[in-house]
Amino acid sequence: MASRPLAISAALIAAGLVLALVLGPVAAVLARAGGWGTLGPGDWQALRFTLWQSLLSAAFSVALAIPVARALARRRFPGRGLLISLLGAPFILPTIVAVLGLIAVFGQNGLINVTLRALGLKGFSIYGLHGVVLAHVFFNLPLATRLLLQGWLAIPAERFRLAASLGLSPRAMFRTLELPMLLRIAPGAFAVIFVICLSSFAVALTLGGGPRATTVELAIYQAVRFDFDLGRAALLSVIQLGLALAAGLVALRLGTGGGFGAGLDRMVTRWDGRTGLSRVMDAAWIALAALFLLTPLGMVVARGLPGLAQLGTGSWAAAWNSLTVALASTLLCLAWALPLSTRWGEWVGLVGLAVSPLVLGTGLFLIVRPFVNPLSLALPVTTLVNALVALPFALRILRPEAEAVRADYARLAQALGLTPLAWIRLVLLPRLRRPLGFAAGLTAALSIGDLGVIALFPDPERATLPLQVYRLMGSYQMEPAAGAALLLLIFSFGAFWLCDRGGRANADA
Amino acid sequence: MKAISFAAGCLFASTALAQEPVLTVYAGDYVVSEWGPGPKIEEMFEARCGCDLQFKPGDLLPRLLLEGERTEADVVFGLNTDVTKRARESGLFAPHGVDLSPLTLPIDWTDDTFLPYNYGETAFVYDSSRLPEPPTSFDALLDAPDDLKIVIQDPRSSISGLAMALWVQSIYGDGAEDAWRKLAPKILTVTKGWSESYGLFTDGEADMVLSYTTSPAYHIIAEDDHSKKALIFPEGNYFMVELAAKVAISDQPELAQEFMEFLLTPEFQQMIATGNWSFPAALPHDEWPEGFKELELPSKVLFYSEDEAAALRDEAIEAWRRGLSQ
Repeated sequence: MASRPLAISAALIAAGLVLALVLGPVAAVLARAGGWGTLGPGDWQALRFTLWQSLLSAAFSVALAIPVARALARRRFPGRGLLISLLGAPFILPTIVAVLGLIAVFGQNGLINVTLRALGLKGFSIYGLHGVVLAHVFFNLPLATRLLLQGWLAIPAERFRLAASLGLSPRAMFRTLELPMLLRIAPGAFAVIFVICLSSFAVALTLGGGPRATTVELAIYQAVRFDFDLGRAALLSVIQLGLALAAGLVALRLGTGGGFGAGLDRMVTRWDGRTGLSRVMDAAWIALAALFLLTPLGMVVARGLPGLAQLGTGSWAAAWNSLTVALASTLLCLAWALPLSTRWGEWVGLVGLAVSPLVLGTGLFLIVRPFVNPLSLALPVTTLVNALVALPFALRILRPEAEAVRADYARLAQALGLTPLAWIRLVLLPRLRRPLGFAAGLTAALSIGDLGVIALFPDPERATLPLQVYRLMGSYQMEPAAGAALLLLIFSFGAFWLCDRGGRANADA
Repeated sequence: MKAISFAAGCLFASTALAQEPVLTVYAGDYVVSEWGPGPKIEEMFEARCGCDLQFKPGDLLPRLLLEGERTEADVVFGLNTDVTKRARESGLFAPHGVDLSPLTLPIDWTDDTFLPYNYGETAFVYDSSRLPEPPTSFDALLDAPDDLKIVIQDPRSSISGLAMALWVQSIYGDGAEDAWRKLAPKILTVTKGWSESYGLFTDGEADMVLSYTTSPAYHIIAEDDHSKKALIFPEGNYFMVELAAKVAISDQPELAQEFMEFLLTPEFQQMIATGNWSFPAALPHDEWPEGFKELELPSKVLFYSEDEAAALRDEAIEAWRRGLSQ
């Protein structure tokens, strides 16, 4: 195929850029530190806790997402599209906003405890390992659901038609059609969520209830911003990277098995699941997931509305900066993701998520410092890092379908003698439209809600919205802070919805 | 012709702008926000210096240590004694040369490098309408019923959390770990920074929050809310001071000096109380803004010199970690 060498060199360039951007800063930090540091007494405990909570969080997120995604895949109801979009919202919220939303529902004075006490029952505490896992499921259940839903929708309608005409029982249908898909998609979803939870820090601390819930990322924070022990920061960062790569390796090894062959892109109709019981079960799963994910969001909205009127020009300028950064990092991320949407490409992409943003930021600072003032690069650097961090998600979304398209249509394309450009335009992009829209929406939203690198290089005139929320809270302005948080929710959700909808236009699914 | 004169005008304007000297001040992130003291400081100082004051917000010490000799800072605004030893050892700072006699701090201050401009003490802040009978001493707090819930900050990620670890260390010494163990059931949770803790407190999630003796002033002055109070403990409250310093290799030494002098002027001191919600460092009590005057002041102030703080820091954090990990 004529496009093969071209595709390979594009992929190599993209992969090289990712690796250079991740390993370069780590090397710069290490060089400046003059060697590796040593681990402190609390670090082993932090390491154990980090692994344990990440495993639990990823397992619960994926396990719960399976029935929810299945229910969403086989039911049609008014508002389904909007609900699917809305369910994605928790994932893109900045930590502090989401945590305050969760506490408004599950906290000491939250909806549930107040109701329990009114009924004369004993309340419960959200603080502890279970709180950490609850919060991580709140963040990641939507992501897992969407990834699995993509998998379900990628099974060609013709397969279900065939299964129905062969008279397969629902159980046999699950075994032959759905289980192979799950075995292909679920390990990858697990790995991505595991890696996200590895670097969790503020959530784990706030809901963990104390030093027992310390993650490696907190140790990195302490090393960089408190002790200025760069050697230790680099060591911890490499440990974190190792854990993430191990998780990625396991997932990629597990997540094998081919696609389902080509279909004619008809709408998926399911002949199983017409019984009353399965209808009730599906409705219950959808309702429970919606309740769990949307109530805390509702609380963020309710608390933010009064503050919305009090927002100053600073908040609107910050919102504008956030939007610009989001647009740029989305374009950059997609340009990066397309050539890398292969098995090994996904492995490379995971690296970006696994390195601590603090080490990344500090390393970039050290690299650019001799040439320019890093402050003037606050927004470009944020854009770059956001694209890098969103890359694994974009790849997880794009890769299965991109590979399926290549496997199913490459021979046809070769027979027709398509040029690389025609291949991309006529075959690849139309078929990837849905995952591309989803990936773009996710990248944009993640970028709007990100508070990573910008906190290292804050420029007075170039705050982003999450930074603004923190500044407001730091000045006792709790009500405007809630307003800015709501603005953030609206913007990130709006960006997600626009992109995602664009990707799903003309698609029945 | 018009275009040429316009272009020349632009050129002239930009050179005129370039000739105005720039004083670069590194400051904590909260300083520069539109609610922080930054904009007021900029306005007040620019009116007297004929210069352009530019704040660069962010982490002060990590940034300075990263930049070292290449730093652009002329002045650093917002260090505290728990980190000044490291800052002093970097050799980046020059003596301030400011007359310290106007200082009205509760402790003696003779440092010739780091100049205090405001202070406060760590204290538990509570809502007297929700908690009418709070514990009246640190010991009473340790013995309080376990359903009294407080939120504190992690000493590994926040200055106020570190101050509390040193506070407990200073009261209980070798018994610090035991004190933390007794306090543990009452700690609802630990947050990364002050903002998250205070958010939980104002949401009614906890009865008390680790904050400052000056926090109630905000509620009194800005919200006319007199119910928020800081607990003054007979064992003493831990003293925290905010400091400014002049960078030795500054290319604007005169302006930097002028800025340092400016910090202790009555004009600045009148502003900083409500600008930064803390006690002015060089203003007699009767000149404090209304609202600050009605605050209860600690009768005993606990304070570690920077050498003591640096020496005890790891021990205090370890006592905290072990006491709360069980």
